[in-house]
Amino acid sequence: MDVLSILKELSINTAVSGNEHTMSEYIKSMFEKYCDEAAVDSFYNILGVKKGLGNSNSKIMVSAHYDEIGFIVTGFEEGGFLRFSNIGGIDAKILLAQEVTIHGRKPLYGIIGAKPPHLLNAEETRKAVKIDELVIDTGLDAEELKKIVSIGDFITLKALPFSLKGNRLSSKSLDNRAGLCALALLLEELSELKHDADVYVLASTQEEVGLRGIQVAAYKLEPDLAIVIDACHGEISDSPKGEAYPLGKGPAIGIGPNLHRKLTNKIIDIAKEENIPYQTNIEPEDTGTEAWATQVSRAGIPTILLSIPLRYMHTTVETLDISDVKNIARLAARFISKGCREVGDLWCY
Amino acid sequence: MVLLKDLTLLNGVSGNEDAVRNYIKERAAASGAKISIDSIGNLIALKPGKKPKFKVMLSAHMDEVGFMVTGYGENGTLKFKNIGGIDERILPGKRVLVGSSAIPGVIGCKPIHMQERDERGNNIKLKSMYIDIGADKKEEAEKAAPPGDYIAFHSEFTEFGDGCVKAKALDDRVGCAIMLEMLSRQFEFDLYACFTVQEEIGLRGSEVAAYCVNPDIALVIEGTTCSDVPGVEKQEYSTILGKGAALAIMDRTAYYDRNLVRFIHEAAIKNNIKIQYKQTATGGNDAGKIQRSRSGVKVAALSVPCRYIHSPVSMMSKWDFDACRDIVGCVLGEFSENQGMIESIKQGGQANV
Repeated sequence: MDVLSILKELSINTAVSGNEHTMSEYIKSMFEKYCDEAAVDSFYNILGVKKGLGNSNSKIMVSAHYDEIGFIVTGFEEGGFLRFSNIGGIDAKILLAQEVTIHGRKPLYGIIGAKPPHLLNAEETRKAVKIDELVIDTGLDAEELKKIVSIGDFITLKALPFSLKGNRLSSKSLDNRAGLCALALLLEELSELKHDADVYVLASTQEEVGLRGIQVAAYKLEPDLAIVIDACHGEISDSPKGEAYPLGKGPAIGIGPNLHRKLTNKIIDIAKEENIPYQTNIEPEDTGTEAWATQVSRAGIPTILLSIPLRYMHTTVETLDISDVKNIARLAARFISKGCREVGDLWCY
Repeated sequence: MVLLKDLTLLNGVSGNEDAVRNYIKERAAASGAKISIDSIGNLIALKPGKKPKFKVMLSAHMDEVGFMVTGYGENGTLKFKNIGGIDERILPGKRVLVGSSAIPGVIGCKPIHMQERDERGNNIKLKSMYIDIGADKKEEAEKAAPPGDYIAFHSEFTEFGDGCVKAKALDDRVGCAIMLEMLSRQFEFDLYACFTVQEEIGLRGSEVAAYCVNPDIALVIEGTTCSDVPGVEKQEYSTILGKGAALAIMDRTAYYDRNLVRFIHEAAIKNNIKIQYKQTATGGNDAGKIQRSRSGVKVAALSVPCRYIHSPVSMMSKWDFDACRDIVGCVLGEFSENQGMIESIKQGGQANV
């Protein structure tokens, strides 16, 4: 599997939280290559199953959300400009002079403009711009624009993947298409390995607006064990100590009350046995990931969190190391194949 | 638009115009112009006239705004400074190409989740920004991108909207493209198309070029500001997108010759080509130096309005570009038919279309 080209393709696809149907069929076909079956639910979650050897009734769910941050059209301005609001957490400071796609009756290109610097007063130069002060320039006149775009249409950031030195890739939406890519790699790994439990891969929706897709999907599936794959902050020169993780040093395994301690210890043991690089991601409270919702689904689901360190999260230049994506898949596959024979005992406190 | 596309995809930050110059050299030579390149890097293409009595100088600059590598972070990032006027606010989250081998890099910034309250509310200063090229160590970064390496914005050439184009460096590859088109035509006078360097850091190249050419009359072709966007007061609109080529009266660097300005305006009206006066007197261009060259030169500036100028997403209207090209063509055509008009304007007199 050519991981780089899959990552690139997944990242340029668009699926803003709440508007994921644009990508659901694509993911379903991706899962179908390796799964016994795959289906899309009413929330546009995609669930694929890869049956185990049949000597276990256990269900393992491995999930990654595929929705991305974006915007929604809120109004029109004279001269072919659009007002918009954000979906998910976005820093307005990174939006000036960015390119977007407006998903109207047909996809439309736009630019988020900036007021010319020589017209700014001292206060405006210093203070960060707010999203409600920004407009999208479509290059169309207002009348033409209204034929194509309606209030409530979704908008995505537009940025091409950029390969940096070494194994690094920079693109939009790598949070969490990188996780989705890891699911595909995991399925490929599992086709080489034997596993007892049935493995359910879940590409979930509406994570960026409050872990919504996973809530219904986990309820419906009721798995015995869950592995959540998401992005965590990659280390940069100005990141606070202990809140970000270096790129290329392996998956960050979550540790904290949100995660099942014995299972987490088990997966760490397996990383050691298999010589897979890993690091630990200390999360004293809410992990901010789907693990938070999964752990308390129905009667409770023991959950593990594996994260891909990602720099500049929620920008057009999200940057990761491809080896971390590959190692997440390797680690999850070996845990499922090897560690899960005895998982039943590990659940007990 | 093929020519303009090619030109905007080339990188030519002030002082490093080689790639643009090489491209123009090949194109200009193919149109039968005599090429000379001076010590500062200007490319002067002479298209000799059929019966030349005068020298007409066209001027457009090849350089664009960008950056230079100035240092390194311990973790392998590049520190940088701007070359030319760039709004720092637009930099976080942009793609750049570093050095002669065009190493891809991104201008990173701390994610919103990790920002303190005051960081959220204030703009990031260029001095605390950095470029991530994927290096992990200072030594690795320094080897890949030594100090002094030039850095250019990366941006695709995109056509969109109603005849609009998005690209980097429209200022002033629009002028370069129009001059190349003029070189393929034949006039009575000697046409000197000056592709200048270092405009963005203080009109450096044109000063040298104007001295060398010693023209009788000069016309600068530019990409200029266009601020007709929401949030800006109408009286602050310098130009309006789609309303035609912009003719300047004055700016911070030059008073444009009244007779030449009037002549250009009339030529446009007579030929039904859209033209607008630039409404503000800010900014400046190569005209400032050309006007004061030797014992003085009569000069005008005609521009293509560009929204979001000096950013990777500069935007223009193809109709404005065509208008600018057509007006330049008309004016040169009129001068060619009656070279006496050049003499008249040169002497401070009027000329009628």
